[in-house]
Amino acid sequence: MGKKPVKQTQKTNKLMREEDLVSSYHDMLLIRRFEERAGQLYGLGKIGGFCHLYSGQEAVVTGIAKAKLPEDQMITAYRDHGHILACGVDPYNVMAELLGRADGVSKGKGGSMHMFDVDKHFYGGHGIVGAQVPIGTGLAFANAYKEDKNPAVSITYFGDGASNQGQVYESFNMAALWKLPVIYIIENNQYAMGTSVERASAQTDLSQRGRSFGIEGRQVDGMDVEAVYAASLEAFEHARSGKGPFILEMKTYRYSGHSMSDPAKYRKREEVKDMRQHHDPINMLKDRLIERKLMSEEEAKKIQDDIFDVIEQAANKALENGEPDSSALMTDIYVEENHAG
Amino acid sequence: MPVEVVMPALSPTMEQGKIASWTVKEGDKVEAGDVLAEIETDKALVELEAAADGEVGKLVIEAGTSDIPVNTPIAYLLRDGEALSDIETAPAQVPEKPEAPVPAASEQPPASSVVPQPITVTIAADPELPADAEMTEQSVREALRDAMAEEMRRDETVFVIGEEVAEYEGAYKVTQGLLEEFGAKRVIDTPIVEHGIAGLGVGAAFAGLKPVVEFMTFNFAMQAIDQIINSAAKTHYMSGGLVTCPIVFRGPNGAARRVAAQHSQDFSAWYAHIPGLKVVAPYTAADAKGLLKAAIRDPNPVLVLENELLYAVKADVPVSDDYILPIGSAKILRAGSDVTLVSHSRSLDACLEAATSLSAEGVDCEVIDLRSLRPLDTATVIASVQKTNRLVTVEEGWPVAGIGAEISAAVQSEAFDYLDAPITRVTGLDVPLPYADNLEKMALPSTDKVIQAINTVCYRQG
Repeated sequence: MGKKPVKQTQKTNKLMREEDLVSSYHDMLLIRRFEERAGQLYGLGKIGGFCHLYSGQEAVVTGIAKAKLPEDQMITAYRDHGHILACGVDPYNVMAELLGRADGVSKGKGGSMHMFDVDKHFYGGHGIVGAQVPIGTGLAFANAYKEDKNPAVSITYFGDGASNQGQVYESFNMAALWKLPVIYIIENNQYAMGTSVERASAQTDLSQRGRSFGIEGRQVDGMDVEAVYAASLEAFEHARSGKGPFILEMKTYRYSGHSMSDPAKYRKREEVKDMRQHHDPINMLKDRLIERKLMSEEEAKKIQDDIFDVIEQAANKALENGEPDSSALMTDIYVEENHAG
Repeated sequence: MPVEVVMPALSPTMEQGKIASWTVKEGDKVEAGDVLAEIETDKALVELEAAADGEVGKLVIEAGTSDIPVNTPIAYLLRDGEALSDIETAPAQVPEKPEAPVPAASEQPPASSVVPQPITVTIAADPELPADAEMTEQSVREALRDAMAEEMRRDETVFVIGEEVAEYEGAYKVTQGLLEEFGAKRVIDTPIVEHGIAGLGVGAAFAGLKPVVEFMTFNFAMQAIDQIINSAAKTHYMSGGLVTCPIVFRGPNGAARRVAAQHSQDFSAWYAHIPGLKVVAPYTAADAKGLLKAAIRDPNPVLVLENELLYAVKADVPVSDDYILPIGSAKILRAGSDVTLVSHSRSLDACLEAATSLSAEGVDCEVIDLRSLRPLDTATVIASVQKTNRLVTVEEGWPVAGIGAEISAAVQSEAFDYLDAPITRVTGLDVPLPYADNLEKMALPSTDKVIQAINTVCYRQG
């Protein structure tokens, strides 16, 4: 256990602070550039296996990261690069994991879908659609078990596809029954792999998926970081004050295919182009910051250049990092410590 | 004829019961559905209702009497016009106390009319115990309960969660008294959501708590097996050691009695297959306590495969809060020199009976209880085979890719030159378990089948 941090209390002002707005631009751009570089490295055969990019959805995780308290936990599925970066983990270690290198966050044993950083309260990185939802509910159970007046909140992310999985509803029921401090973030990027929400879901307003359990839900413009921030503050207040779970459906969009191997024939190029041109979360925020005179074009350029350098350095360093030592093959299967204590 | 009221069978495995109290007295008029008595089984206190209208003619057995075999007449109801003298049947004598705990009958029905004599088996003392250890006689059920209670007293982060574990005190009464002592915060009834509980438990374990997840039976854990394998077993490795999952999944495993294929399945081989899990399957009450306590203290996910038919079996259990058995260590239940029998859980009944039976014919069997299925203590088995040169494996699970197959592979690899006969496996037959009494018995390992296997590896005529 590290030093006990000074306990922060729930933020309440639904307007983002100026510095949070500017840093959101930075944080979202970092994720975007990271994913672009990851896509390149995948194309070069440097990254193996499955690789699901987060480009287009950056406002969701960034707005929530600005509203959360440090000890709040995050857990998500396999599209997790943005989430671990939003928790403040060094892009170098994330890139090294993607490349299957020794300095990866999971020592190269997890890969793209299995990133973790427990010190930063990020619990993965799970490859089975929907499986992270009961686990995230269990994190909330542990928070409630501590009987803290101001408990940590479990932020449990899943997609529109997972929202049809049975274990999600088992979790909703228990979370509502026991009033667990959890917020469920449904990142509705409109396609579960190649199947649109309309083709998969009888009730397409996913924010209402908790209704039969009495769980409140809101639909949020997940391309607007300020809207995400404001909505998540309400959800955090609700969960932290002992009222139980809250659902936020983030209407968002992924620019890439489901994974790198997805030709994305199920949607038109014009649809993606329109989203990129007119609804891009990063450009929208940039325009807004310039309009409000919180950032100049020059400052924006400086941020872009800095991030370009950070990602280049992270990627180059990760490419130089070696693969895990063969001795790592058979470690971390079990916790080896003596359990007599 | 007066209506005979008999000790009812109130569960698939109930063999005897106790009349906790009569709620009527002789001469009372009763209607069908009225409560006549409270019957205490090994699982619950159940009200016995009148099946017909009538007058309570005779209460044959006093309240407070225990160990009344199922189907023993306990009372007679007189219908209109009937008198006490119409009761012709002599009241059955209640045995004072059944002989030594008889292992559940798993033999095939004898071909002849000779009634088989129950075989009394003896089990060697646990070599890990000091000779002067204080002991108490307990059932497996009580030993498991005490293991949880002791660990909960010791560690605030240990909690028990599952269906009917709290107010109902466990579908098989294993969690009896825990709610009363530890309260609803730490003994938690859940909805019927095996997958959800397993995942919630995993999340709580990731966050530092030590959940004991009870599955009403392991048959239902198949709903949860994704969380057990993909989340509990693998995350420590996938996270490069960052995330730990100190969780126990426990409950009855294997065939109960006549509950058909979906409720009668041995998952030993399934879970033993998975790196990242530890798997134990205790046979005796002492092992049940020592291994469950070890499982709760272990920083890894541990499956504790119990057996419903063993829950009521009593044996000496060490009185100690620190009776922790090593996971991964087999135990020699009976030393012998001619043939090695390797088994676990309830199939050991058949092994011990076979060993006892054949010892009269001069065949000296060594019986090994694996106790842990992962890690598997092959060293103890190999050392035994090097001594006896013959091996029979016995398990309730199916033969294909089973525990016996794994043991056989290890022994042929490490002790090939010591074998004087091919290894022989006794397993559950390769079939979904049938319901019919005779077919079910035929499908499961039995004393006779074990004796046949021993005769085969010893090249004896049976």
